[in-house]
Amino acid sequence: MGQQPSPEADPTATVDFQEVQQRPEFTELKRRHRSFVFPMAAAFLIWYFLYVLLADYAHGFMSIKVLGNINVGLVLGLLQFVSTFAITMWYVSYANKKLDPIASGIRQDLESADRPQAGETH
Amino acid sequence: MLPFTTVTQEPTQVGEPWLNMTIFGLFVAVTMVIVLRASRNNKTAADYYAAGRSFTGSQNGTAIAGDYLSAASFLGICGAIAINGYDGFLYSIGFLVAWLVALLLVAELLRNTGKFTMADVLSFRLKQRPVRIAAATTTLAVCFFYLLAQMAGAGALVSLLLGIDDRLGQSIVITVVGALMILYVLVGGMKGTTWVQIIKACLLIAGAFIMTIWVLALYGFNLSALLGDAAATAGNPELLNPGLQYGVSETSKFDFISLALALVLGTAALPHVLMRFYTVPTAKEARRSVVWAIWLIGAFYLFTLVLGYGAGALIGPEAIEAAPGGVNSAAPLLAFHLGGPLLLGVISAVAFATILAVVAGLTITAAASFAHDIYANVVRKGQVDSQGEVKVARRTVLVIGVLSIAGGIGAQGQNVAFLVALAFAVAASANLPTIIYSLFWKKFSTQGAIWSMYGGLAAAIILIAFSPVVSGAETAMIPGADFAWFPLKNPGIISIPLAFFLGWLGTVLDKSVEDPSKQAEMEVRSLTGVGAEKAVDH
Repeated sequence: MGQQPSPEADPTATVDFQEVQQRPEFTELKRRHRSFVFPMAAAFLIWYFLYVLLADYAHGFMSIKVLGNINVGLVLGLLQFVSTFAITMWYVSYANKKLDPIASGIRQDLESADRPQAGETH
Repeated sequence: MLPFTTVTQEPTQVGEPWLNMTIFGLFVAVTMVIVLRASRNNKTAADYYAAGRSFTGSQNGTAIAGDYLSAASFLGICGAIAINGYDGFLYSIGFLVAWLVALLLVAELLRNTGKFTMADVLSFRLKQRPVRIAAATTTLAVCFFYLLAQMAGAGALVSLLLGIDDRLGQSIVITVVGALMILYVLVGGMKGTTWVQIIKACLLIAGAFIMTIWVLALYGFNLSALLGDAAATAGNPELLNPGLQYGVSETSKFDFISLALALVLGTAALPHVLMRFYTVPTAKEARRSVVWAIWLIGAFYLFTLVLGYGAGALIGPEAIEAAPGGVNSAAPLLAFHLGGPLLLGVISAVAFATILAVVAGLTITAAASFAHDIYANVVRKGQVDSQGEVKVARRTVLVIGVLSIAGGIGAQGQNVAFLVALAFAVAASANLPTIIYSLFWKKFSTQGAIWSMYGGLAAAIILIAFSPVVSGAETAMIPGADFAWFPLKNPGIISIPLAFFLGWLGTVLDKSVEDPSKQAEMEVRSLTGVGAEKAVDH
C-alpha cells in the first residue's frame, strides 16, 4: 500500500500527484468519468426502486395481462434485465472511447517520466 | 432471505445417492488435479491472495459468477419461484441489478488503488491503523455470517441429495466438505480457488441451460403456456402476480424494500467479490470481469425463471413442499423428472460443488484479510515479508476451516437463513458508504470512516438481533423467546442510510485534516491506473 512502496514495484513514488490532479487532462478525465457514472447510477437505482415499489404496492397494475399469461409485472421484470445489459454495454463503449485513451495517456506519461520501464514485469 | 434450512427427517425417495456421490467425487478429482497444477507458482503473497494477478477478464468474470451464484441462489430461487411465483423472480432481480454498482462505481477504481483486500483501498489515504482494523473487522464479520449460512445449508443439502438423514451422517459430510475446502485453499490459494469457481460456474450454468431448454421444449417454447400450466398445477392464478410472499402484510411489503436496498447496495461491497478484482492484471480487465459476470449471472437468473415455473408446473408446489428439503428440492426434483437419476446426479453434484466453491472463496478472503490487514499491517506494522504473511494466511485458513466445520455441525437444523441477508446488510451498511466516500469525496476523513463502518456494522447486527428472525416468531432462531422490538427481518433500510449519515457526520466533525497529497494520489491512481499492482511474471 501507500505506506510500504517497494521501489521496483512503484516507479511513481516521486510523482507530485497534487500537480497531476490539477492538470487539464486529468480534470477532463475526472469530469467525463463522473458525468457518466453518477447520473447512470442514479438512473438505474431509481428505475429499480420504481419497479420494486410497483411490485410491492401496485399489484393490480402489475397483474394486467399483456400477452397470454404474460403480465405487466413480468414484462417490467424482464426489462430490468434488458436495462442492466444495456447500461453495461453503454458503459463499456463509453469507457473504451472516452476514458481509456486519456487514462492511459496520463499513466504512460507518469510511469515513463522518472524511472523508465521500472516495475514493468511484462 | 430464502429459507435454506429445516430438514424434514424423512428418507429421500428420488435418485441414487451413490450416483450423486460418484459424480461429485469426479468433480472433486478433476478440480483437485487442476488445483495441484495451479499451485506450483504459489510463492509470494500476490500469488497466494491474488493468483499472481494473471487471470483474464473472462476467466475472472466466470469465477465471480461461480463465487456469487451460491446454492441459495440456485436451489433457493428455483424453489421460491415454484412456490411463491412472481415474488421469487422479483427477489432474483436485485441480485443482478446490483452488479451495476460494482461496474460503474467500484470495480476499476478499487483494482487501481488496492493490493489484496478491501482495507487496502479504505486505508489508502486515511490513518492506516484504525481504518484497517475497522475494515478487517467488517470483512471478517461478512465472511463469518456468509460462511456459517453456507455450511449450515450443506447439512440440509446432504439430506436432500445424498439421502443421509441422521445427524452423524450429515456431520460427517459437512466435515468432508470442510476438509476439501481447506485443502483447496491451503494448496491452491487464490489460483486454485478461482479454478474451482470457474469449473463450477460452467457446470452450473450449463446444467441450468440444458434444463431450461428442456422445459421450454416441453411447452413448445411458449413461455405463456408454461406460466399457464404452472398456475393451473398450483391451482392459484395469483402465482403469476406479485404479492404471494412479500405482499401478505404492510410489514412484509416494507421488509421487501429493505431487503432490495441491501441486495442492490451490498453486492458491490461483499469482500469476497471485491477481492476477485485483484486477480486480473489491469482495471480494464476488472471491467471486463464485471461485464462477463453480469452476462452470466443475468442469463442464469433468466434460466431460474423458467426452471422455477417449470418445477411449479411439472411437479407442483405441494409435492415440492412435502419433499425432504422443502423449497430447496424444486430444482433437484425437476432434474429427476426430466432426466432421471443421471440428471439429478449431475445437478446434485453441481449443488455440492457450489457450496464448496463459495466457502473456498469466503475462506481465502477472510484469511487474506486477517493475515494481510491484521497481522502484517497492524501487528507487525508492515515489517514482514510476503512469505511470512502467506504462512500466517495458511494457518488462518486452517483455523477458519475448522471453525466453519464446527459452526456448520452446530447450526444443523437451526433456522439460520437470515445470515445471508445479514451478510448483505452488513456489506451494504458497513462497507459500501466508506468505499464510495473514500473514492469520491475529497474531504472524507478517518473519523467518518470509523463511525460509518462500526456504526453500520453495529446497527445491522443489533437490529437483526431484535428482529423477528431471531425471536418472537414461529420461524425464528429462538422461537420460545420474544425480544423482537424491531418489526422488519431486514435491517438495511435503517442501517444503510444511518451508515452514510455517520460517515458524513464523522467527517464534518473531524478536527484533524487528512493529507491532501494522499487524496490526490488516490484520485489520480484510481482513475488512471498509475502505479497499480502489476501481474506477477513467472
